[in-house]
Amino acid sequence: MEVNITINGSDHASDVEPRTLLVDHIRRTVGLTGTHVGCDTTSCGACTVLMDGKPVKACTVLAAQADGSEVTTVEGLKGADGLHPVQQAFTDDHGLQCGFCTPGMMLVGASLIAENPDPSDDDVRWAISGNLCRCTGYINIVKAIRTAAARVAESSIGS
Amino acid sequence: MAAPTTPAEIGGIGHSVQRKEDARLIEGQGNFLDDIDLPNTLHMAILRSPLAHARINGIDSEAATALDGVVAVVTGDLMDQHGLAWMPTLSGDTQAVLATDKVRYQGQEVAAVIATDPYIATDALELIEVDYEDLPPITTPQQSLEEGAPLIRDEKEGQTDNLAYTWEAGDQGATEEAFAKADRVVTLETHYPRSHPAPLETCGIVADVNSVTGQATIYMTSQAPHAHRTLFAMVAGLPEQNIRIVSPDIGGGFGNKVPIYPGYVVATAASLLIGQPVKWVESRTENLISTGFARDYYMKGELAVTDEGRILGLRVNMLSVQGAFYSDAQPTQFRAGLFHVVTGSYDFGAAHIDCKGAFTNKAPGGVAYRCSFRITEASYLIERLVQNAAYEVGIDPAEMRLRNFIQPEQFPYETATGFVYDSGDYPTALRTALDELCYEDLRREQAEARAEGRLIGIGIAHFTEAVGAGPSRTYDIAGLKMIDSAELRVHPTGKAILKLGVKTQGQGHETTFAQIVAEVLGIPATDIKVEHGDTDHTPYGLGTYASRSTPVGGAATAVVARKLADKSKKIAAHLLEAADEDIELASGVFSVAGSPDRSVTIQDVALAAYTNLPEGMEYGLEDVTYYDPPNLTYPYGSYIVVVEVDPDTGVWQVQRMVALDDCGVRINPMIVEGQICGGLTEGFAMSAMQWITFDEGGNCIGANFMDYLVPTAWETPRFELLATEVPSPHHPIGAKGVGESATVGSPAAFVNAVIDAVAHLGVRNIDMPVLPDRVWAAIEEAS
Repeated sequence: MEVNITINGSDHASDVEPRTLLVDHIRRTVGLTGTHVGCDTTSCGACTVLMDGKPVKACTVLAAQADGSEVTTVEGLKGADGLHPVQQAFTDDHGLQCGFCTPGMMLVGASLIAENPDPSDDDVRWAISGNLCRCTGYINIVKAIRTAAARVAESSIGS
Repeated sequence: MAAPTTPAEIGGIGHSVQRKEDARLIEGQGNFLDDIDLPNTLHMAILRSPLAHARINGIDSEAATALDGVVAVVTGDLMDQHGLAWMPTLSGDTQAVLATDKVRYQGQEVAAVIATDPYIATDALELIEVDYEDLPPITTPQQSLEEGAPLIRDEKEGQTDNLAYTWEAGDQGATEEAFAKADRVVTLETHYPRSHPAPLETCGIVADVNSVTGQATIYMTSQAPHAHRTLFAMVAGLPEQNIRIVSPDIGGGFGNKVPIYPGYVVATAASLLIGQPVKWVESRTENLISTGFARDYYMKGELAVTDEGRILGLRVNMLSVQGAFYSDAQPTQFRAGLFHVVTGSYDFGAAHIDCKGAFTNKAPGGVAYRCSFRITEASYLIERLVQNAAYEVGIDPAEMRLRNFIQPEQFPYETATGFVYDSGDYPTALRTALDELCYEDLRREQAEARAEGRLIGIGIAHFTEAVGAGPSRTYDIAGLKMIDSAELRVHPTGKAILKLGVKTQGQGHETTFAQIVAEVLGIPATDIKVEHGDTDHTPYGLGTYASRSTPVGGAATAVVARKLADKSKKIAAHLLEAADEDIELASGVFSVAGSPDRSVTIQDVALAAYTNLPEGMEYGLEDVTYYDPPNLTYPYGSYIVVVEVDPDTGVWQVQRMVALDDCGVRINPMIVEGQICGGLTEGFAMSAMQWITFDEGGNCIGANFMDYLVPTAWETPRFELLATEVPSPHHPIGAKGVGESATVGSPAAFVNAVIDAVAHLGVRNIDMPVLPDRVWAAIEEAS
């Protein structure tokens, strides 16, 4: 079947099997491998992408369900003027170790900040509670998302 | 903590240099195993046994083979034709690659489908018919070792029972004498449950064997690429020069990616026979039910103590649950890992450990899950015992430890099991952690809360680890000595490339190992590229596990950098027209003693190494070092946890967690603290929720992330970190390794805290995971 998905601002029209998962479509058909697969049960969040701005777990969304939507993957976070504040904060605050969960974590963080410009520690922990990390103990991930939020808030005051 | 000796722009030891790895990982440009997409790649899926113990009477793969897109169905019989139906394990046993006679655990590999598409490969699994004949499953070691128990390993010559191995350490006679002198014996029987490392990325392989040249390029989630190359050569009979193992970015290992799994062998054989690349990436369920589990020890510990609270001796009896094959990944001479460290941080003269390993109908592969060869179990046992002994003697658990600690002046200290601890100051560590918590105030608050019916508990663990295996006289895996290496090349412009035998899985080697070179030579860490994981391009080494990268590979790096510093000094002397012995090197500047204005930089020297040498010197500035450590290193720490237990539900919450670590010199404090926070979380996980268990039929409970609970950000406690720094006297830069300390030390602290909350009721044990219903039941039973 034909699906049309806008991924990171580019239109992708493809003929896919109806059963194709969105994550497989992104990784195999479109060739963007920054979105990872860590489980098969919607539990780990490594495959998180933004669909029309909302985080979804792409292992449990069919490519067909994403027809007509705008999808953002980790490759689409960086803007014309450089790294997304969440990306910068993840490296500044040592929010990643092996880096496998990082794309999903950063996308949830970016989505949270868009909705809540000043998230508390608990707000961040709740937001990322669908994303597992086995390396960091989450402390620096929480810190990085809050750093990014503070920097975004600061720059919007400045402008 | 010692201040850095290099300026920040050089970024030597002690600087929290930002990680080089991050740039690619935050932009989705990492190169993980499943990201590798070679032309004409075929995809493999594995059919696994649904039964824990059954005879295979036949396999019908006709329908699967006929499915459009299926290239081949591989069975045990086909593997057997090539002599590959069985493979040796790292512990000297054999393991089925694809089952030919019977299946011995749920999830065992029975057949594999090779297809043009991964969805088709999975579809075809449904079409394979296996005729199983049920056999009685054995799920506990107690059943397994009973007289007349069904024989699990009936194919193994000379095997007449289910005993996998026996092992003992220490001095039984001396221990009996110590127990005879004791005022009391404190006993603890506890099960350290089966757990799984569950790195977020599962295991996988892309095998690319060129049928014309015989060149096998094997991309693999490998913590030990060089060792795996040699083992592939030995198992598959491939010439070793034709095997190139490439371990790409790895999404966490924690021990899970040390063994060679059957899927790797089948994919490689399939690629060889078909002549196309074959990719296999485990599903999460496959990862949890079939690859290297950890722990699963039934332990009985007895501590001989005096009424003054002095420990006199320790006796341990253990049953280790091996699964169907004995495939622990550990040094040859250490059948139960480095369990010797069970004497902990304490000064006493006698210990004896007796261990039996039992085959069961469970998955094999006892790996060290984020610990150095099963010392987590040892550390847990002694710290739980000491805490219980304090209750029995009637002194405070902190005081009990202070009375028995090995004192700073006793190092190097030989333990009752023969380990020689290198350095430490345990009393300072514990007192610092106690002061941070205002321990005496806390004990008062605990008593007041108790009077109000609230249950507060304070749990301490003061662990000592044994890491960095290891000296070649004692340590090998499958005959390969546990040395490691570093090769350093300084280019004419003064930039450098460092090639390592070890392999990062998130530890940040590309950053920290560059810092070691920066410290010695003064080349900025940002100018040093670190290469690892590709066996064609790096020197030999046994890999990254057991916290051995810094103790062994880091030592090799420091030594090779010093070799180049020595040569550089001679070149600098030539450039400065001074005597070799008058040249001093600091932060990349070579100057003449007494004339600091006469100097050249490491960059000047690097260019001269290729352009302008002293008479008779060989060109170039590069070398390689193979490091054979003289001893293990012994990191330690004092962890204290405060919990509140709800007496009505058994639910416990961590109020505070103070973790003091002494890992010797810290190369990059930011990365060290990151590793500690991750390790504490995994320790919490094992104490509170992670649990692979089985029903009576041998069905694995915990086969996905809905049944096998790993903590999210919501459950994970906050941690307060402290540090002391007693360097290792034998390590070239005084470092001890840190990646696993927190996983080793923290489970006992969490469990001790819950026990401490209910100890006044008489509770002395709750097995891990300390689930609320177990706590509630313990309270009910005690009251």
